[in-house]
Amino acid sequence: MGMTMTQKILAAHAGLDHVQAGQLIEAELDLVLGNDITSPVAIHEFEKMNVDGVFHKDKIALVPDHFVPNKDIKSAEHCKCVREFARRNEITNYFEVGQMGIEHALLPEKGLTVAGDVIIGADSHTCTYGALGAFSTGVGSTDMAAGMATGKAWFKVPSAIKFVLTGKPAKWISGKDIILHIIGMIGVDGALYKSMEFVGDGIAYLTMDDRFTIANMAIEAGGKNGIFPVDELAAAYMKEHSSREYKVYEADEDAVYDETYTIDLSKLRPTVAFPHLPENTKTVDEIKEDIPIHQVVIGSCTNGRLNDLRIAAEVLKGRHIAEGMRCIVIPATQKIYLDAMEEGLLKIFIEAGAVVSTPTCGPCLGGYMGILAEGERCVSTTNRNFVGRMGHVRSEIYLASPAVAAASAVTGRISCPCDL
Amino acid sequence: MKSAKGTVHKFGDNVDTDVIIPARYLNTSKAEELAAHCMEDIDADFTKKVKTGDIIVATKNFGCGSSREHAPIAIKAAGISCVIAETFARIFYRNSINIGLPIVECPQAAEEIAEGDEVEVDFDSGIITDLTTKKQYQGQAFPEFMQKIIDAEGLVNYINAK
Repeated sequence: MGMTMTQKILAAHAGLDHVQAGQLIEAELDLVLGNDITSPVAIHEFEKMNVDGVFHKDKIALVPDHFVPNKDIKSAEHCKCVREFARRNEITNYFEVGQMGIEHALLPEKGLTVAGDVIIGADSHTCTYGALGAFSTGVGSTDMAAGMATGKAWFKVPSAIKFVLTGKPAKWISGKDIILHIIGMIGVDGALYKSMEFVGDGIAYLTMDDRFTIANMAIEAGGKNGIFPVDELAAAYMKEHSSREYKVYEADEDAVYDETYTIDLSKLRPTVAFPHLPENTKTVDEIKEDIPIHQVVIGSCTNGRLNDLRIAAEVLKGRHIAEGMRCIVIPATQKIYLDAMEEGLLKIFIEAGAVVSTPTCGPCLGGYMGILAEGERCVSTTNRNFVGRMGHVRSEIYLASPAVAAASAVTGRISCPCDL
Repeated sequence: MKSAKGTVHKFGDNVDTDVIIPARYLNTSKAEELAAHCMEDIDADFTKKVKTGDIIVATKNFGCGSSREHAPIAIKAAGISCVIAETFARIFYRNSINIGLPIVECPQAAEEIAEGDEVEVDFDSGIITDLTTKKQYQGQAFPEFMQKIIDAEGLVNYINAK
């Protein structure tokens, strides 16, 4: 029986010729990641372990990004704990404020994640790097601690669902619409414990940023990982950003999939996930009611990359956000921030009445920098719209693409850029 | 711990880690501080009602969302002795095993056991007994490898012992 792309990467890292779904393996890790929320717990666990130090000082990435620049004293203490651990263990890839960005945008940009890698991160959106053909998955802090100590992690080899993407998406349709469509179709546990393997000729029409967005939200369907084949675009991205050798794995022709879905990208419409689950999706055409909103957030590990900002700027150029609207734009890394500045995007945002923030996860998880009050509604390019996720337990989040978010900021209600 | 016995607190589908422990409290990693806000956004009185040893029963995809280990830490520190669900989100599942919070997958028990029932769980056999309705259920057994982590009361002890 053939192996999926994910199974091949896992087999190679476990020193095995063949693995099958359900098998428990121990795999060598290429990178272990943590942030300012999860690392302090991991460091505490690490210090209980009988080890002299970390397994490899170049293969650990510590990125304070959730509550930085420090939002309060307790967050500052957490960041201090991470900073001191990094210093003590001579961690190469510690990113201080000024160099840091949102982890899942930052690591590919820094060339730390490449095709063929096995990566664990104490953050659920670690699955993002599947866009480059890596196996990457979110774990908790104790797994992170064990990974830092031993360079290994245990996995149950996942079965997979195949998504065949065909056709060319229309104007304003992005990776966000594709992944929201998929989650709407299979549900928030539709890929529970499984790989989501994306294939098909439609991938050629997707930018790397689109692919990062899609892989990023595999977890919102319950997936263990999302993964894309390595094509010329992915190879070019890795050559531009990384000096590391990458390895391309391809699924066997006789690989077994639990299910196969074919999605014609040319038929997709801008899609919005209504409160309080990412599976509650509607296309903009299906939204009959008028939904006034109070805030728009454009950013996060899902949609804070340069292409996302370009699309938002295309919508906002020469326009102004609605009266009383707050529009918060958060470039995901310092490089993206600088590129957006040099391209004139930040000027467009500011002239449109938006604010532009330093990179942070801040509002996405209700940390700071855009918390919602009771009864407020936000259209957000982030990844979760759970109860209370961005603030008050009676606030509402509508997940959408940068195009829909920007258009909604202009009109003050959920809108498609095609209607402006 | 070989068994658990307590009163059931029942929840539905897709209980996410944001309601288990809202991110506004993630500026701390102290178990007792996290426990004080456990389930706050889904049941504001949860921590007042819970007695040490009580059991959470939920339906599908319990613990979905973030990787925050603070979620099972908060549940354990709130006094919950076991979580029974139809299915668990995978990161929550790993985290619970790694920190030594007993969890059991059992679709039928998850569906039938009601709020307030007295329930007993035997971890060796995986048998769940609803003492209120006198019904018994067979929970799914852990693979041997995971059972070893559980027996060591968490991954850190397991690795240290290796």
